[in-house]
Amino acid sequence: MAHHHIVEIRGLVKRFPMGGNHFTALKGIDLDIEIGEFTGLVGPSGSGKTTLLNIIGGLDAPSEGTLTVLDMALAEKNHKELAALRRHGIGFIFQTFNLLPVYSAYENVELPLLLLGLPADKRKAAVMHALERVGLTDKAQSRPAQLSGGESQRVAIARAIVKEPRLVLADEPTANLDAANSHNVMGILARLNRELSTSFIFATHDEKVMGYLTRVLHLVDGTIQREELVEHPQFLEKV
Amino acid sequence: MIQFFVKGVIRDRSRSLFSFIVVTLGVFLAVIFRGFMAGVFDDMMRQSAIMQTGHVKVATRAYAEEADLMPNDLAILEVDSLITALEQHYPALFWTPRITFAGLLDVPDAQGETRKQGAMMGVAIDFFSESTRQIELWDLNNKLTSGNLPRTPEEVLLGNEFARRLEVEIGDVVTFIGGTMYGGFASYNFTVAGTVSLGVGAFDRNILMVDLEGARQALDMENAASFVMGFYQDMFYDDPGSVILSARFNDAHSAEENDVFGPVMHALRDQQNLGAMVDLSGQVLWLIIGIFMFAVTVVLWNLGLMNGLRRYGEIGVRLAMGETKTHVFGTMLIESLIIGMAGTVVGTAMGLLLVLYLQEVGLDYSALMENYAIPVSTVMRGKITPDLYVIGVVPGIFATLIGTMLAGRGIYKRELSQLFKELET
Repeated sequence: MAHHHIVEIRGLVKRFPMGGNHFTALKGIDLDIEIGEFTGLVGPSGSGKTTLLNIIGGLDAPSEGTLTVLDMALAEKNHKELAALRRHGIGFIFQTFNLLPVYSAYENVELPLLLLGLPADKRKAAVMHALERVGLTDKAQSRPAQLSGGESQRVAIARAIVKEPRLVLADEPTANLDAANSHNVMGILARLNRELSTSFIFATHDEKVMGYLTRVLHLVDGTIQREELVEHPQFLEKV
Repeated sequence: MIQFFVKGVIRDRSRSLFSFIVVTLGVFLAVIFRGFMAGVFDDMMRQSAIMQTGHVKVATRAYAEEADLMPNDLAILEVDSLITALEQHYPALFWTPRITFAGLLDVPDAQGETRKQGAMMGVAIDFFSESTRQIELWDLNNKLTSGNLPRTPEEVLLGNEFARRLEVEIGDVVTFIGGTMYGGFASYNFTVAGTVSLGVGAFDRNILMVDLEGARQALDMENAASFVMGFYQDMFYDDPGSVILSARFNDAHSAEENDVFGPVMHALRDQQNLGAMVDLSGQVLWLIIGIFMFAVTVVLWNLGLMNGLRRYGEIGVRLAMGETKTHVFGTMLIESLIIGMAGTVVGTAMGLLLVLYLQEVGLDYSALMENYAIPVSTVMRGKITPDLYVIGVVPGIFATLIGTMLAGRGIYKRELSQLFKELET
């Protein structure tokens, strides 16, 4: 059944040097994520959510344990191979949107496709389709400074899903949004999850986000203390 | 992809404009400084060559020893045959006799009594022969401030300042008082045909220019000259060529080594310590390039660091999207290359324009040199040399790339996760 797992983690430990000692951020994580899951890593600040997300995304390396993401054993891979994995298979959504300010919404969404070397006509079709999914075709030529917070995060979502990745990692995607925009953004992500079978892993402590998740992993002090499978998430039914 | 990043460079003025200005200014300064120095050196060499040394100079051994005293009793005799021989053996140069002499210039009043008097320096050049290039070399048509060029051997030009000080008008008769070649008393009347401003303060204050024939009559120097000057036909001083030529000439005349009236040839570099200046002009070029390259590199390094900090977000996002560190670093270098090239082109164009202005028009600072007797040009000149077109490439493009490489190294070496922590704060 390994081929159903988009993420497989065994005995994952992450230590950070601190003075002469080490601080252990993750203490032996075992975790499988299946294709199409809508999963959340939930916990207080310092519980290890972002560290785990970074390791899954190949942005950081584990100190111990094994990790397979999209059928690739990350511990054995170099920087270039990890970059290729992210380029082809993983999308990122950040708390602070991180749109490139000098480029239009269209150009921000186009960048991942430029990195994949797609021809201009295919890029244009894919970008417009992604902007359509987030309801922002009319803002294609707007610069980030001309967009509201909610619109900016929707552009960031379009940028994350434009290459139709198998996995999207979202770190506190609603932290800078009001309630209405938070629901709007989560609604879009839930629809994408349903339509594209894209797997989503969230790092969050936002109750509103939790109301959409079908699987909630509670992290405390670097360990998964509790796992919750939600059959009927509070808000998901309304999407 | 490149097009995408070029758009970023053009739109993000805080990224590109200041860097562009720094590069442009650095290149501009390097070009004008080099052009100015080339002009100054060239002007000094040219002035020295025309007025005093030639590209090479032939004099008697005794005259060469005492040249500062202008000892015409040690002058070269049988000049015509010497020049014929020189033209035959060294056709790459043209040869011309020169007489320099000193004395008093007396300006009489209507009764023939002295009205004004002043120490003078006489320079006798070939005004009238068919092949003469002296008027062109001294640029006398342009430097004539009043009257006209001499039309007879008895007519003279006076330095502008000299004529003003002596209160001489065009057409006035002035009397040279000095010594002949044979040590006798010389008193000879000349008519002032015109006044000149040579742009060399020391000359303008006391020079009298006369045709060779007039000087020969006044000084009793039939077919003689203080020395014979040789100039390359294209007027560009060939330093190594002149040294070789002088050595050849002196070897050919080594049999006359003990004859104090035997001829000896000196290249420009062997006279008045000009060799050090010739060497210096080459070294100064590299010194200038080095200084500007260092300064521009340091400024751009700092700019790159500031830009790098400001662009953490962008760099983090691009890495998250799957761009490699090498690619991010590469695009930063391409951006700086674009800025460096643009700044180099604009800075070079601006610098060349200013140097061209200095070359064609010049800056006259004679008012500042009124009280100095140094025979240097009082018009600041630039010179367009072939290296000016490319000199800016070093500080403009290489320094930009080095600055960016140094700045980018810090980001390149940073751990990805660390970059993301900084990204979120």
